[in-house]
Amino acid sequence: MKNSSNAPQMQGAQIIVEILKEQGVDTMFGYLGGVVLPIFDKLYDTDIRFITPRHEQGGAHMADAYARCTGKTGVCIATSGPGATNLTTGIANAMMDSVPMVALTGQVRTELIGGDAFQEVDTTGITRPITKHNIIVKDVNNLAEELRQAFYIASTGRPGPVLVDIPVDVSVGTGRLNPPSEIDMPGYKPRVEGHKKQIEAAADAINKSERPVLYVGGGVIISNSSREITALAEKANIPVTTTLMGMGAFDQNSPLSIDMLGMHGAAYANMAVQNSDLLIAVGSRFDDRVTGQLKRFCPNAKILHVDIDPASISKNVQVHVPVVGDAKLVLPEITELLEHKPRESWFAQISEWKKAHPFTYDKNASNIKPQYVIEELWNQTKGEATITTGVGQHQMWAAQFYKYKYPRQFITSGGLGTMGFGLPSAIGAQVARPESTVIDIDGDSSFNMTLTELSTAVMYNLPVKAVVLNNGYMGMVRQWQELFYQRRYSHSHLLNPNFAEVAKALGAGGISIERKDEVPGAVEKMLSYDGPCVLDCRIEAEENVWPMVSPGKALDEMAGLEIFEKMP
Amino acid sequence: MKHVISALVQNKPGVLAHVAGMFAARAFNIDSLAVGRTDDPNLSRMTIVVVGGSEVLEQVRKQLGKIVSVVKIQDFAGRDVVARDLMLINIHCRAEKRAEIQALVSMFEGKVVDIGPKNVMVEISGPESKMEAFIDACRHYGIKATARTGTIAMPRYRKGDKS
Repeated sequence: MKNSSNAPQMQGAQIIVEILKEQGVDTMFGYLGGVVLPIFDKLYDTDIRFITPRHEQGGAHMADAYARCTGKTGVCIATSGPGATNLTTGIANAMMDSVPMVALTGQVRTELIGGDAFQEVDTTGITRPITKHNIIVKDVNNLAEELRQAFYIASTGRPGPVLVDIPVDVSVGTGRLNPPSEIDMPGYKPRVEGHKKQIEAAADAINKSERPVLYVGGGVIISNSSREITALAEKANIPVTTTLMGMGAFDQNSPLSIDMLGMHGAAYANMAVQNSDLLIAVGSRFDDRVTGQLKRFCPNAKILHVDIDPASISKNVQVHVPVVGDAKLVLPEITELLEHKPRESWFAQISEWKKAHPFTYDKNASNIKPQYVIEELWNQTKGEATITTGVGQHQMWAAQFYKYKYPRQFITSGGLGTMGFGLPSAIGAQVARPESTVIDIDGDSSFNMTLTELSTAVMYNLPVKAVVLNNGYMGMVRQWQELFYQRRYSHSHLLNPNFAEVAKALGAGGISIERKDEVPGAVEKMLSYDGPCVLDCRIEAEENVWPMVSPGKALDEMAGLEIFEKMP
Repeated sequence: MKHVISALVQNKPGVLAHVAGMFAARAFNIDSLAVGRTDDPNLSRMTIVVVGGSEVLEQVRKQLGKIVSVVKIQDFAGRDVVARDLMLINIHCRAEKRAEIQALVSMFEGKVVDIGPKNVMVEISGPESKMEAFIDACRHYGIKATARTGTIAMPRYRKGDKS
């Protein structure tokens, strides 16, 4: 480590704050505790906006959503022991969805480490499998460089969370703040430029294909290459399906869009993928929720995979044409070499599938259908709102029935499937986008997990809206129990509080509705409410998400298509 | 199928846990893992023997590469490799059997490193098959304990290599 002897000397906590400022951190989320007090004391004198959640998990999700909305690195902080362990769900969530995040944790004094001190846990040990990198800083003179490396690692290559554990004696000790130098880590050299030969092979495969499908994942959003993917799709005339994480990477209003694929994806997307002769995966990782039974995935297709993470190539499926690199750089190079093809019969086939199996629901039902609520949200917000979700049925409906135009418009927990993500992520999104309408589309059981964060929204005057699609069940679990466990609803039923009254008690607005005809008015009232507001919709209790690829089935073996056919 | 992978890693606390943890989390089967410092005090070399097909090997290599403190990975697939294992083996041995065991040790190019009234300790190194053969040859005397380093390996010089 290079130390310059004339670098200014200061307290460790001050070094931390100086590095945060140097890295352009303007907003942080976190919770106080004994061993991080020196850091908080220094933060007191800065312009960094600080949001204190009601639970560290909430803070981590807020930082995560803030990062997803802005493209910047999200920063959260927690104290040692329980503070650090409470962060772990949020860190794992960021890891699975490749979100750039720096998590700072306090640690007990260096000489107490390993002695089971008060509020001591082995934070780096606990978070090793759920971080891109983590480190404990034991020397105050290394603090600046370790923090700079943390920000660099978190935001480059395939982004991810980096945790820096800082013993309190390091925070209060005095050390040097060395000026920034070029970061050179022998073991960390992300490859961003694509290999010429690979790019040519990719273009060649696309030009030769008759029935290609673009399968776009969250990587396209992370690398800000929506425009590049659109240019490629339009030039070569290729239908585009996105993963849950990729929603918004390609405008769903485009005639080339065939919406989401996967377990609860569009029937026409799944059929197109299964019948393709070339699957062009970009920034997606062949999650099992996307592929269905692996052996029968894309039986007649070559697979082309563009990804910045070499370990993602051929991890789950054998890739024929790999391109390792940053989509932002690679895609234009491929597009350059592409030809436009009419692909008339391919598009004719797809539009037949589209006509036969659109996303729909029983529009004549007398009770509130969750899909209807989401359509109404979409109409009233003109498709412009930032949507966050919890995890479960409501998440799938939010993906199916709201049409996304922009990248970073849909913020959801994809890889980890973290229930309770919806409200805190809405708060993080609202902090990132003060002018935007931010709506958490939530389920009752997800909402229950983190609803205390409503008081965070109230405290910081963040006008998030939460729409709870309340069926009194852990809805997705109930659906699986119905389909695979003979309707034995073992412990999936919930006795919920009156969410509207809870919201009011916490200082937010609260609206409850039970009838279908109340939906438009209630949505309007919620959207125009000045401040955070909860709309509790008592929906049809046993509504299911269709279509569905059951576990072990191939992607085009979807259940529920006949239900669509019967619908008016 | 056994594969030998060699990873150059930064000599920092937690690196072994990180590497071993990655193997455990991804259900890769480690046959042996040997670690020691290199001539550069900032670097250690890990020699990892994994069991699995070529796809497994490919993933192991890539996932190892993702670990920030792993500097370089080589897999020796298709190369002529010098592989060695070092073993200390404590064999039950009364005074009258010493000569017999000494002869056996000589045959295997081992070394007697300690002698007690009822035991000898032998140091022996070589490829894994030699260790196994020696263990088998000693078994009927009674083996009190063995300690092995696990495999370390390097590829042989090949024409065209930079020397």
